Parts: sequence; structure tokens; C-alpha cells
Amino acid sequence: MVTFSDMTVLVIIAGVKVALVLLVLLTGVAYTTWLERKVVAHIQSRWGPYLVGPHGLLQPLADGIKFILKEDIMPLEADKIIYWLAPFLGFVLAFLSIAVIPFGEGFTLYGHPILFQITDLNVGLLFIFAVTSLGVYSIALAGWSSNSKYPLFGGLRSSAQMISYELSLGLAVIGTLMMSGTLSLRGIVNAQAGFWHIAGFNTWMPHWYIFVQPIGFFVYFTAAIAETNRVPFDLPEGETELVGGFHTEYSSMKFAMFFMSEYTNMITVSCLATILFFGGWHGPVFGPTIVRIFLPVFWFCLKVFCFMFFYIWMRGTLPRFRYDQLMSLGWKFLLPVALANILVTSFLIAWHG
Amino acid sequence: MSIFFYIFAAITVLAALNMVLQRTPVYSALSLIVVLCSLAGVYLQLGAEFMAVIQVIVYAGAIMVLFVFVIMLLNAGHETPSHRSHIAKWLGAPLIGAFLAMMLMVIRDQFPATTGAAPAHLDGSPLAIGHLLFGNYVLPFEVTSVLILVAVLGAVVLAKKEF
Repeated sequence: MVTFSDMTVLVIIAGVKVALVLLVLLTGVAYTTWLERKVVAHIQSRWGPYLVGPHGLLQPLADGIKFILKEDIMPLEADKIIYWLAPFLGFVLAFLSIAVIPFGEGFTLYGHPILFQITDLNVGLLFIFAVTSLGVYSIALAGWSSNSKYPLFGGLRSSAQMISYELSLGLAVIGTLMMSGTLSLRGIVNAQAGFWHIAGFNTWMPHWYIFVQPIGFFVYFTAAIAETNRVPFDLPEGETELVGGFHTEYSSMKFAMFFMSEYTNMITVSCLATILFFGGWHGPVFGPTIVRIFLPVFWFCLKVFCFMFFYIWMRGTLPRFRYDQLMSLGWKFLLPVALANILVTSFLIAWHG
Repeated sequence: MSIFFYIFAAITVLAALNMVLQRTPVYSALSLIVVLCSLAGVYLQLGAEFMAVIQVIVYAGAIMVLFVFVIMLLNAGHETPSHRSHIAKWLGAPLIGAFLAMMLMVIRDQFPATTGAAPAHLDGSPLAIGHLLFGNYVLPFEVTSVLILVAVLGAVVLAKKEF
């Protein structure tokens, strides 16, 4: 019988959790690209990737090998240090925010409580906002350091876009925060357990905040799409105007890093939408203990998958906004709506006590 | 625990020095971002998670983005060293020394022989800070918000003049 000190156990648990989450996340990112190509292809009546593996399932692997083997080209006039720094910064920041996302309730193994979450910060939500707000630098600096016209435009556009939509993003979730009364993501999910009761009558509707904060959710998700630079708000990389936007001059693995951080940010934003408005891991739980432990994780992943599918669906459906439309939507529509939502929510909370 | 303090403190000081000595404006701005983030690291060790995160969101994530934005728009190149005046050359170093000595004396008087551990009676949670901000310090808070509003209005008036 080997006994470990508490510290060693903690370190081992944390290490295993980080490794597992990273593995799942990287696989998830890889297969999101596959899913995107497949779904968009089917929307456009094509087959999509079909050659590498059954239904093109090994396509992400082939893409990865291709990215690694491609020649890495750097523009002659580029600012070398920042040109190198930008993709790594984006990559690290994108993966950092997953550290506070709770995937499920957790269980106890030999007396050690194990949470399905790398760390439960009591300001978890703000931590994610802080990390995303730093993500702007990756794009802005990539655009600037390439020392080329189109990337510079792309970088400027995206920083303006991200600063504008960060406001609506932050304000949209305040209604939820007021109702749950905590900034810890685990706490917010726990506040959504059970069913809605209206005047003592059980409605059998899950106690998710989407039913009372639909406007908050609408503003949050719109702003989140803009924040992750996706269609219909993908102006920073609008191909028809800017070649490739901020990553025009990037090639090989550095380009792949931008790509991966974009998809990771999509996953983070979907996780956050699930946690804040769709009850996180809550769902029908039944069966033996082992199923009871892992079923919540399945519900969480299913909800996140629905959001990812929605992202891709939108890409296959919607045209791109014009830049002035984008700005006026953010400042003149989403921001006032988010503020009004906060006002109404706080009045109602004060009314009901 | 304190090893992290020394790491963050060293990063802060080095980045601050780099910010002042750097000739390229973008590098200076980036060094300032590093200073702000590593200061947030120091706050974290004092148990002030909320302060740390807000520091990153407000300063590193919002204000410094605008700095970098302007530098990028102006495409500011290398700074050209100007010929400093003789007074600055001879008085600069002694004045900095005097200022540092004064600061150190004030700090020593304020916190006599602390062990370096975080004060246990301080609560850095959002709840506690909110109660302080909207309770004890509500007047300074509101005055600051009016000040910012005035600045915003001033900016709008200045920008609108041409129309």
C-alpha cells in the first residue's frame, strides 16, 4: 500500500485533469474543423472531405501533417519578435480560458473529491473575460507586425470590433449574475438546478436562465459571434476585401495556431453560453452510480455541441455584414438592449425580493 | 508562496525598465501590458482575485488596447533621441534617488516589519469590495463616474465640432 501526501495527490489530480482536458479540447478543435467542412458542404449540396478515412474522418490528421510540413515563410520587413509572439499569445490565451469551465459535478475517489473542472475560481467568469480581452492583442499585433497593408487593416478592424462587442458581451450576462448572485461558474450552474416553480406550482420546466433571460442570451450570443470573428461578423478576415485579414502573411504552423485559437474560442464561448443560460451539466440523470457521474458531462458536451452546430449552420446560411452595419448593430442596438435588460431584471429582482 | 512574489516582482521591474528604455513605441506599450499583468499576479497572491482580474480587464484589456491601437494607426517608428537639457542631465539621477528614498521611508512607516503574508482581515471578494464601494466610498465613486461622463461629453463635443 503506497500512501501519498495530500500535496502530491493534489498535484497528480491537477496534472491528470489538465492533460485530459487538453487532449479532449485539441481533439474537439480538430473535429470541429471536420464538422464545419462536412456541415457546410451538405448545406451547399456537396459531399465535403471524403477521401481520408471513412467519411473523411482522418482529414484533421492529414491537415495537421500538412501544416507541419509546409514551409514557414516570414515577410522580410516584418517585426520579427512580435510576428512570432502573436500566434503563440493567441493560442495560449485561448487554451487558458478553458481552465475555469466546469464540465460536470465531480465525484469522490478514495476520499479525494475530484471536480470536473481544472480550477474553481470564485471570479471564474471575470477570469474568462480578462483572458478574452487580452486575446485582442494576438490579432492586432499579428496584423501590425506583418508590415503589410491587408493584415494591418484586418488587425485594426478586429480590434475595433472586439472592443465594441466586449461591452455588450459583458453587459448581457449581468442579468444572469444578478439572479445567481455569484461569479463562480460552478455556482452559476448550481443555481440552475431543479425546475421553475410559479406560485408554488411545479411547471416541470428546467430552472435554466434562458427562460427568464432570453434577451440577455440573444445579446450574449450575438456579441460572442462577433467576439470570435465568425460569420456573419468575420470582417477581420473578409476574403473578398482583405485577402485573409490579419493572418494573410502567416503560413505553416503559425497559421494553424490562429486557426486553432479561433476554434478554441468558439468552444469556450459555447461552454459559457451553456453554463450561463442552459443550466450547464444539468439534465435528466438516472441509472447506476457510474452513469450518474458521467451523464452530466454528456449533457454538457451535448449542449456545447448544439452551439457549435449553430455556429456552423450560421456560416452556411448568413451573408457577411458591412463594417458600418456591424458597428451600428453593436453600439446602437445591442448595447442599449443589454442595458435595458439589466434595468428590467434588477427591477423585477427588487420587486420579488 | 513568496517565490512567486519574487518572480512576479522581477518581471514587473524588468518590464517597467524595458518600457522606459525601449525606443520602439509598440515594445514600450507591450512592456506596460506585461507590467500590468504581472501586478495582477501579485494581487492574486494577496488573495485579491477580484482586483487582479479587474486590473487585467480594465487596464491590460481595454485601456492598453487603445494605446496599441493608436500606435498602430500612427505607425510610429523608432523614437529619435533628443538632446536633453543640461539641467535634466545633472538633476535627473539625484531627483530619482530622492524620490525613491522618500517612497521607501513612507512605506517603512506605514507597514513596520510585516512578515510579507497577506493581511488576514482583508476580504478581496467581489461582495466585500461592492459593499465598500457602494457603502463607505459611494461619494468618491459617484464623483468619479460624473468626471468620466464629463470627459466623454467633452470628447463628443470636440469630435462633433466639424459638423
